[in-house]
Amino acid sequence: MGRIQLKDVTKSFGDVQVIPPLNLTIEDGEFTVFVGPSGCGKSTLLRLIAGLEDITSGHIEIDGTDATDVPPAKRGLAMVFQSYALYPHMSVRKNIAFPLRMARMDKAEIDRRVEGAAQVLNLTDYLDRRPGQLSGGQRQRVAIGRAIVREPAAFLFDEPLSNLDAALRVGMRLEISELHKRLDTTMIYVTHDQVEAMTMADKIVVLRAGHIEQVGSPLELYRAPRNLFVAGFIGSPKMNLIEGPEAARHGAHTIGVRPEHISVVPEGGVWTGRVGVAEHLGSDTFFHIHDTGLADTITVRADGEVALSHGDQIHLSPRDDVIHRFDAQGLRIA
Amino acid sequence: MATRHSRSAARLMMAPAVVLLLGWMLVPLIMTLYFSFRNYFPLRPDRVPGWAGFSNYERFITSSSFWPSVQTTLVIVGGVLVITVLLGILLAMLLDQPMWGQGVVRILVIAPFFVMPTVSALVWKNMFMDPTNGLLAHLWRVFGAEPVAWLSQVPTGSIVMIVSWQWLPFATLILLTAIQSLDGEQLEAAEMDGAPPLKRFWFIILPHLARAITIVILIQTIFLLSIFAEIFVTTGGAFGTRTLTYLIFQRVLESQNVGLGSAGGVYAIILANIVALFLMRIVGKNLDA
Amino acid sequence: MARAVTTQRKAINTAIAWAIGLLIFFPILWTILTSFKTEAQAIADPPLFLNFDWTLENYAIVQDRSDYMRFLWNSVILAGGSTLLGIVIAVPAAWSMAFVPSKRTKDILLWMLSTKMLPAVGVLYPIYLLFIQLGLLDSRFGLVIVLMLINLPIIVWMLYTYFREIPGEILEAARMDGATLREEILYVLTPMAIPGIASTVLLNFILAWNEAFWTLNLTAVDAAPLTAFIASYSSPEGLFFAKLSAASTMAIAPILILGWFSQKQLVRGLTFGAVK
Repeated sequence: MGRIQLKDVTKSFGDVQVIPPLNLTIEDGEFTVFVGPSGCGKSTLLRLIAGLEDITSGHIEIDGTDATDVPPAKRGLAMVFQSYALYPHMSVRKNIAFPLRMARMDKAEIDRRVEGAAQVLNLTDYLDRRPGQLSGGQRQRVAIGRAIVREPAAFLFDEPLSNLDAALRVGMRLEISELHKRLDTTMIYVTHDQVEAMTMADKIVVLRAGHIEQVGSPLELYRAPRNLFVAGFIGSPKMNLIEGPEAARHGAHTIGVRPEHISVVPEGGVWTGRVGVAEHLGSDTFFHIHDTGLADTITVRADGEVALSHGDQIHLSPRDDVIHRFDAQGLRIA
Repeated sequence: MATRHSRSAARLMMAPAVVLLLGWMLVPLIMTLYFSFRNYFPLRPDRVPGWAGFSNYERFITSSSFWPSVQTTLVIVGGVLVITVLLGILLAMLLDQPMWGQGVVRILVIAPFFVMPTVSALVWKNMFMDPTNGLLAHLWRVFGAEPVAWLSQVPTGSIVMIVSWQWLPFATLILLTAIQSLDGEQLEAAEMDGAPPLKRFWFIILPHLARAITIVILIQTIFLLSIFAEIFVTTGGAFGTRTLTYLIFQRVLESQNVGLGSAGGVYAIILANIVALFLMRIVGKNLDA
Repeated sequence: MARAVTTQRKAINTAIAWAIGLLIFFPILWTILTSFKTEAQAIADPPLFLNFDWTLENYAIVQDRSDYMRFLWNSVILAGGSTLLGIVIAVPAAWSMAFVPSKRTKDILLWMLSTKMLPAVGVLYPIYLLFIQLGLLDSRFGLVIVLMLINLPIIVWMLYTYFREIPGEILEAARMDGATLREEILYVLTPMAIPGIASTVLLNFILAWNEAFWTLNLTAVDAAPLTAFIASYSSPEGLFFAKLSAASTMAIAPILILGWFSQKQLVRGLTFGAVK
């Protein structure tokens, strides 16, 4: 069980309020991702849930009971840190067993659980090594192992993949997702990487300056960003934001068109411009287009085979049905 | 990392150290202050104890032994500082050069620091400075010179020499650490710019060492102001080697004039605090970094 | 600087450095050599370096005369006791300062350092008096307390600088794993800081071992450590160089060996982290 509710939670450091009153419910078994630019308060929020920081006002409830003043050890949550925070002086086995030892569990049960976790995480061969002898990905798995043996009410992940190299990150992303499917336990995952958020989450919470900008499933956020910030943050490459007469033509202050929703056409088209940089990824090509009269740069995702290069004239046609419209305050016009 | 719980735990865990040191500082300090205003001769029942006002302070300064003791203190502290810092810089530069057996030389150089003060004073006094059987006397005779009775003819100089021998390792080790932290590229850049070795030393190495030298000077000053054993076992304060510390020691324990000695103690505390203030500034700045 | 140094220059450096190193070390070497001579050989002119009849008789005489073992035992108790007690008190304090810093942490650290600078002679009589009143004069217990107090600032400082290098996340992980504060310090922080704690113990053991103001002034017989043992040789009595050397060698040998291990920590400990 792991239903976590934040009620009017605020956090101030001295005079600086980093989290204004915030309400959020995380359902049992849900994979929730807190995403936002650095300094948005997402890690602070996680640490408040963990109990590593006091909340300034408000309440935190875990499974319906007030956990506001419960120390971290008693909240029944497990956390995986950005630096993995493994105990360097203990073997992998002892690292994973540590929370069980702290819970005074009997030896046989500890061994059984550690072996089980090691098997799930492919760590069986490494149980007697020290963390210093492991690769980044293995250390990450040990940290996860240390979290799962406790069978916590929820897992908290604080940017767990940011210290891994790109290839490993994709692999670990899958492993964590699979783990979630298998354990079916609540997970709260903090990241600044919107790709991680989109690929892993059941529910994404977009934060800016301690504020929740939007909560929803990845596709909800992708299809209907509530404001310009979410529109710009979710999706890669970024959504093109266009102001001026072209926006007014759609009855909005700003319109947003995702690069994948603009087609390159041989001629005619709604917009024309000149190719600045063409990034050929093989499967796709990203064109960065200037001189459109719409914005400094319009990004377009085209088929990998489109053969245009620097300086070429390009004709574009956006898909009208997926144009996002925003008012002068940056809010979505339904 | 900070919750109300951990903050209150932190206060609780800091308490023993803070309380103990506070007591260690305040209780004797207040007692010393109190005694310094009293006439107090614990072993002389004929002298009636009573308030003395500032007379102890006055008498301590005006006594014929006060200024000579200040002078001796300054000569010893100053002499040792000059010798250890200058030789320390040279030695540190030398040890920084590539050579064979650097580690062993380092160990040889650092060794005197670990010799307890009573031992080094006695060994120097007897085996080296003894005018008949001391090694230096033998050496003097080899060159046909009259052996020197070091501790009675040049007593202050001898003590400076003994104490310098003890503290040179400390200065060398700290300066060596500082030199080794100098960015080699800076020196190479200066070399590319055509600076000869002497200029490189003067304009790059020495400024880089400035902080370490200051720290050596301050820390040594604090320790040197209170050197005791070296005088205690060599001259016992005779032949003009009575430092302020030793004078106070004699007043308090030898002549049992506690009031007078305490007034002297207050002077010593003030003197040490002036030095300490500078040291704290430097260390404090380093804390922020 | 990765540049080839001519062998010739390296040889010259080596020669000069070794000469100076041996010169500085010479008094210690000479003391050790003399301790193996007879009294007559000890004052021979010209001095004998290695060509004498090695003997251990001085060590036997010294032990007989002043019961070296008792002084040694006192030194071990005083230095060891004060250091361990200091560590027990300083570890929690250093934990607080390193991991739960507040605005006052820096002030407290500097204040602790300032107590170290109080000249001992300034408070000699009050301490002396308190010791008499409390019956602590010439007791090991009293001296352990005093030596602990004079070294406590250094212990706290050293531990603080070591603890600060341990990432706080690991302690938070322990907290999340259900460790109590005691378990966090005992099972996670302390084992991780073992190298730092060891250096701190070593350096403070040496400082306490060599302390020669309080140990000379507050002891007489029962609690007197090696500093006092040696001071008893300060009045010459016939031929005694060899015996003095033997006594000196016995007093410094243990610490010289420990000292060589701790030379790096010395810089850090005695400069309060201002030079690393």
